Amino acid sequence: MKVSDSFDIGEMDDLGRLDTPVHRLDARAKAVATLVFIGVVMSFPRYAISSLTPFILYPVALVSLGRIPMRYLARKILIAAPFALLIGVFNPLLDREPVTAIGSVAISGGWLSFGSIMFRFLLTVGAALALVACTGMNRLGAALERLGVPRVFVVQLLFLHRYLFVVSDQAAKMKRSAVMRSSGRPLRLSVYASMIGHLLIRSMDRAERVYRAMVARGFDGEVRILRPSSFGWPDTLFVAACILFFVSARVWNLADGFGRLLTGGVL
Amino acid sequence: MSHHVVEVRDLSFAYPDGTEALKGVSFRIEHGGSVALIGGNGAGKSTLLLHLNGYLAATRGEVRIGDTIVTRETAALARRAVGMVFQDPDDQLFMPTVAEDVAFGPLNAGLPADQVESRIASALDRVGMAHLRERPPYRLSAGEKRAVAIASVLAMSPDILVMDEPSSNLDPRARRRLIRHLLSFEHTKIIATHDLELVVEVCRHALVMDDGRIVARGPAVEILADENLMLAHGLERPHSLRHAHPSRP
Repeated sequence: MKVSDSFDIGEMDDLGRLDTPVHRLDARAKAVATLVFIGVVMSFPRYAISSLTPFILYPVALVSLGRIPMRYLARKILIAAPFALLIGVFNPLLDREPVTAIGSVAISGGWLSFGSIMFRFLLTVGAALALVACTGMNRLGAALERLGVPRVFVVQLLFLHRYLFVVSDQAAKMKRSAVMRSSGRPLRLSVYASMIGHLLIRSMDRAERVYRAMVARGFDGEVRILRPSSFGWPDTLFVAACILFFVSARVWNLADGFGRLLTGGVL
Repeated sequence: MSHHVVEVRDLSFAYPDGTEALKGVSFRIEHGGSVALIGGNGAGKSTLLLHLNGYLAATRGEVRIGDTIVTRETAALARRAVGMVFQDPDDQLFMPTVAEDVAFGPLNAGLPADQVESRIASALDRVGMAHLRERPPYRLSAGEKRAVAIASVLAMSPDILVMDEPSSNLDPRARRRLIRHLLSFEHTKIIATHDLELVVEVCRHALVMDDGRIVARGPAVEILADENLMLAHGLERPHSLRHAHPSRP
């Protein structure tokens, strides 16, 4: 077993090779739909929560139709959660103006916008992870390139993904050997600092050797990728339906409307 | 004109920090030759190999591949003629899937898609790894990685195969398979290695390097059997040559 297996980054690639209706969609279609999704979710005013709820359908649909294990995705979302928490955590302190109430408990604007940030985080990160899990990093890279993202950027992304395994393996091995010689004492901060330095220098050496191997096989600055994919009518339909849904959910508060419909109100 | 001949004349090279890694190296390898490059760590083997496809430019002397002197201008030609398999397959396999990695060289050479496809199939088949086509390279075993790295070079149909430590990190079975493959390749071969038993099996000639110079050359079995020579340059006489083998002259 490789050390990198414990980070289960590789599982993402296995998921990307599944064969489901969602996987069969062209990567470009999914990339465009997800980008529009993220853009629309981000465009809501800061206190929005209920009007955002219909958007949960998109990541949930990708995940369930793409047979992506929910627990796996949830773990990944949790890893990124501290970043969103840090962004939103001061809102309840700074904005104490009550804006709404649940029963007799007044809810301040700060708590509401904090909730909104966390919910948006869940939606966007969930959708992005679901996109990668049901497309595969390499197909996604090729799709981004064909959508006009500069090739340099795409190649960087693919390399980052490729060498993440190698570097994390190296880091884990280094840590293991340090722990084995530390007689059970916790590692000092200076040891970690030195390890990070070594890792950086080794990565630079590695970059040189990878470049050398690329040059030896005729690399001239342009990465040519084999990409057998085609954009058919199901893809067009998918993108159109997604955008239609996102835009209507942005313009009308579907959750509110649905609630009123159920309680016999008028839309 | 044949690209299969490698000729190195009075090659010297110093790294930017002033370390003289090569001090006047000369040799000639004929078409179909199989030559081992042996010597201790830091003898200059890897540096020498990097000159053969023009990655490093000599400070003095020259490298000829066929009739062409390798320079910055002819490096592209040299890289097509000289296929280089590096020591760490993780440096060489950088694409998302095995097939794409094998396709990397042919695509750079500007081959059309259908030819690239047949190159991938035949190169992977040649090393017995056709079943790994769609797998990501970083999840293969060391032996599989090595075989795929070799396939990625074979796909460019080079005339000359240059390998740096091809048997390092391999288990006995993978090493055995490697030796079988090496024996089946009709290319001119240059193999830098510490695996002296592999040299006995695969290489007809040997060059011994020490401190940036070639200190001995000749038929591999004779060179390796010369105990004093081997010990003087940080090597040793391989076990298989210590006593008579009836099959070997």
